[in-house]
Amino acid sequence: MLHLKNIEKVYRTSTIETLALNNINLAIKKGEFVSVMGPSGCGKSTLLNIMGLLDEPSEGSVELDGQPVASYRDRELARLRNQKIGFIFQSFHLIPDLSVLDNVEIPLLYRSQNGKPRSEYAREALEKVGLANRVKHFPRQLSGGQKQRVAIARAIVGNPELILADEPTGNLDSGMGNEIMNILETLNGGGATIVMVTHDEQMAKRTHRLIRLFDGTQVS
Amino acid sequence: MLAGRASTSPSPHEPHTPPFKGGITYPDMLTNAIKIAWKVLLRHPFYTFITLFGISLTLTVLMVLTSFLDHLLAPHYPEHKRERMLYISRVALRDSARQSSRTGPVSFRFIDTYVKTLKTPEKVGLTTFFGFANSYVNGKRISLQTKFTDAIFWEVTDFEFLEGKPYNAQTIAQGHQVAVITDDLKRQYFEDETAPAVGKNIDVDNVRYRVIGVVRAAPVTRPTTAGDIYFPYTVPKSNYQSEGLSGSYVALILARTPADFGAIKAEFDGVVSRIPRPVLEGGNKYVVVETAASTYLESLLSNFFEAQATAIFFSVVGLFMLLFMALPAINLVNVNVSRIMERASEIGIRKAFGAPARTLVWQFVVENLFITFLGGAIALLLSGVIIWFINTSGWIARADLTINFAVFAFSVLVCVVFGLLSGVVPAFRMAKLPIAEALKSNG
Repeated sequence: MLHLKNIEKVYRTSTIETLALNNINLAIKKGEFVSVMGPSGCGKSTLLNIMGLLDEPSEGSVELDGQPVASYRDRELARLRNQKIGFIFQSFHLIPDLSVLDNVEIPLLYRSQNGKPRSEYAREALEKVGLANRVKHFPRQLSGGQKQRVAIARAIVGNPELILADEPTGNLDSGMGNEIMNILETLNGGGATIVMVTHDEQMAKRTHRLIRLFDGTQVS
Repeated sequence: MLAGRASTSPSPHEPHTPPFKGGITYPDMLTNAIKIAWKVLLRHPFYTFITLFGISLTLTVLMVLTSFLDHLLAPHYPEHKRERMLYISRVALRDSARQSSRTGPVSFRFIDTYVKTLKTPEKVGLTTFFGFANSYVNGKRISLQTKFTDAIFWEVTDFEFLEGKPYNAQTIAQGHQVAVITDDLKRQYFEDETAPAVGKNIDVDNVRYRVIGVVRAAPVTRPTTAGDIYFPYTVPKSNYQSEGLSGSYVALILARTPADFGAIKAEFDGVVSRIPRPVLEGGNKYVVVETAASTYLESLLSNFFEAQATAIFFSVVGLFMLLFMALPAINLVNVNVSRIMERASEIGIRKAFGAPARTLVWQFVVENLFITFLGGAIALLLSGVIIWFINTSGWIARADLTINFAVFAFSVLVCVVFGLLSGVVPAFRMAKLPIAEALKSNG
């Protein structure tokens, strides 16, 4: 469902040019659970950003469901992100001023979705991650694990085909990390395609396939 | 752990996905943006204070100022016909070398000879500008502002008669010693203010007058109509028989429509040009006679400026207001731009989950409009309090400042301008923010 061809990403400043990704070729199949590993600064997050259409490659092409996205404008990219992709971030990225329910509703805000069903879907998603009783809480009132579960609920509320998780257990203790991993496995079992960046070998072993990066290059 | 797994499938492929809209539905967008705006306000009390203080202070000053200008210049009691009126309040006489000059209100004779005879106006009334006299009640002195007028004065103005009626041409011709007083004077002069004053006598500067009418007093800021007591011009001390062109009177010309102003001015200019020169006055000879039929504003400004300065006045007032509005707007832009990085993470999150840049621009603009409207509401409240205070404090006698629809609409317009000015610039900066970069900031 996701195809990356000859991806190169260069960060340029007036004096320095940094090659973050070099000649990456990847195909993620529907229903796969793939993990990406590598040392810090090797380009894992950059790769995930390009997969999630959050960033553009300097060279190469990204195809989602067989369609190259290079020519897509802001609105079309927004539509793809909204309908096909769900994001889970290491630092959760919840909006502190919004309640748990409001945070989870965010992807649905940008659809033709009325308030009542939107709220129902968000509650449903929160129920799936075991936080149905925290809808009115604010992020600051939650533990790290709970925040990540809210982030997962937000990622899945719009039923995306692809879930991109950037070190979802990185800020959690091992027990909480296991719980998050269980949720991701269950989502994958239900048909979701998941790409997860991780530093944790044990977590990576639980996925179908492992991609290793080193200095921006795919080594396995 | 995946709670509710048995009852609800964790599959992300349930068929409830509604289509992408690219923007939030209107009420949702408004609710969401206002909700965020409110939270942001609460989260940053200092910014909130600075922002709201700037907006509300500026708007309050603008509203009170416009209200005051409206009070001064717009048609109000008892000059509701001001838009159809021209005034001749001043004549300047100069010698040929322009070394000697004499400037002041016009004389009764001038109005009678050169203004009353004009063909183009509907009516011409006259009144003295300022006059003062004393009256005594139980040994206590009351200072009075007096006016000597003709009968048409009561027709070109629209005083509300609480009792009695105005004097007419016949009363004036017969030299009856009558007076119209204000309700304020009635309260001060007569012991029983509930009893009718008409028919009673009032002594002013040791002359006895019979009260024939009581009017609701005009604010002191309307110098052509404000007074405590009004006399026919034929009673003593009116100086209506004095010779010369300059005196103590002002002509009130009522046009049929404002469109007639040009014709009236042209006719009057023609009449003035035919006044025989030299003009002998106060032992001097003058060859230059400068006077004009002017609108109220022109007439008012001619007291301060030599030339007709309406355009300059409005330009200066407009520029002042623009500058005054620009200050908090620039401050708001500055505050919003500096705050944008703090909200970069939120922007990144919203974009990541499908918000197009245009929707976010809207959100930011709505948020700013909300804040400015909040500032506007505070300003409206403050202005109301200040205007009430001005009206009741007695600083301006009988002031009747109001927040009228025009002033309110102007303020709302200013709010919108503020909201757009302060929202659009940061919104466009925000819209261009790359998502990955925005997400890196941990706001």
